[in-house]
Amino acid sequence: MNKSFPDAAAALAGLLSDGMTIMAGGFGLCGIPMSLIEAIRASGVRDLTVISNNAGVDGHGLGILLETRQIRKMISSYVGENRLFAKQYLAGELELEFNPQGTLAERIRAGGAGIPAFFTRTGVGTLVAEGKEVRSFGGLDHVMETGLFADLAIVHAHKADSEGNLVFRKTARNFNPVMATAARVTVAEAEHLVEAGEIDADHVHTPGIYVQRIVHVPHPEKRIEQRTVRPAPRMEDA
Amino acid sequence: MAWTREQMAARAACEIRDGFYVNLGIGIPTLVANYIPEGVDVTLQSENGMLGMGPFPCEGEEDADLINAGKQTITELPKTSYFSSADSFAMIRGGHIDLSILGAMQVSQGGDIANWMIPGKMVKGMGGAMDLVAGVKRVVVVMEHAARGEPKLLKSCTLPLTGQRVVDLVITDLGVFRLAREGAARMTLTELADGVELEEVRARTEASFDVQPA
Repeated sequence: MNKSFPDAAAALAGLLSDGMTIMAGGFGLCGIPMSLIEAIRASGVRDLTVISNNAGVDGHGLGILLETRQIRKMISSYVGENRLFAKQYLAGELELEFNPQGTLAERIRAGGAGIPAFFTRTGVGTLVAEGKEVRSFGGLDHVMETGLFADLAIVHAHKADSEGNLVFRKTARNFNPVMATAARVTVAEAEHLVEAGEIDADHVHTPGIYVQRIVHVPHPEKRIEQRTVRPAPRMEDA
Repeated sequence: MAWTREQMAARAACEIRDGFYVNLGIGIPTLVANYIPEGVDVTLQSENGMLGMGPFPCEGEEDADLINAGKQTITELPKTSYFSSADSFAMIRGGHIDLSILGAMQVSQGGDIANWMIPGKMVKGMGGAMDLVAGVKRVVVVMEHAARGEPKLLKSCTLPLTGQRVVDLVITDLGVFRLAREGAARMTLTELADGVELEEVRARTEASFDVQPA
């Protein structure tokens, strides 16, 4: 089955509707599906609920959907690097649900695995637990959290084959594989697109069953938020 | 006299044992990596999906696909492994990480910690902090003893909590405090920073604490 589409707009055609819920992979600007985010912006779809660990930065990542006010609600763990986000949130134009990062990841994992809810120690005795069922296991309180499932997941992979098997690269993996499991339709952009059989079956991170559409994005712009370096070793030390 | 940020980081590094898997928070905790004693084999976890974090890259070797939880460019080591955010937090919440060293705005004498939210200010989010304090075997807080004259070691936290009864040890610029996670809430001053007198600690601490006999 060839799941590849000629471009991001084609890969998203027929999948977008106002008010839908979209999961977007990435941690900060690392491993974000930028070409798919740009295509969502161009589509003009509105009132989106976006589940993503972060909200991009001003002018990049999910930040470009904030500029156009296409996002109504974010479910995230950390949104610190985005001034526009703060402005819209403080003006009451944007809804925000904070989840602890591990709870967010586990809610997505559970949603993808058909698990409606689970109990965790994370958040016990904090604002996160307010209004949620708390139950004791082994003498310790645990908070009930529910699984998350979206209409659409958009993810960024390093390599995909025509069957939708995905391989991620280094810390650009982050939320991408788990989000691929937790949506009615998953669209993946990949830096390398190969024929079935060219990825060693033992090295597949996300099996193709979770990926319905693929778009090849050969040279994506990859921004670094905090470029941090150490001094190069001096020649005389060598 | 009191400990500098560097000295606090060096003291925190003494909590690391050979073979530990450790998660370091942002700020002073990040500096702890510079003081890991020679011969102590430590594996640093980064909650965005990496075990075996290496040093910052040299100029020109930065890789946008390789960052730590503070979004800084880093490098890998021969022992490095990568995994998803779900696996990363399973590791954290499943109690597989030995030690978490993180900063705080407030810690209570009962071991509650607040480090993510100031009501009335724009909240950036808790990130992985609530998972770390709830799941890691041992939680060490490194923080200034006071912020703008306001004590940070309190009878009870006034800011929204990150976790309840989760802190094992607090290292400030004035000294080291041990907390009891179980049984009666109890905080004990176990060390004074260089040149700091007990009376100064008493004067600048709101929380009640015992003093470990010398």
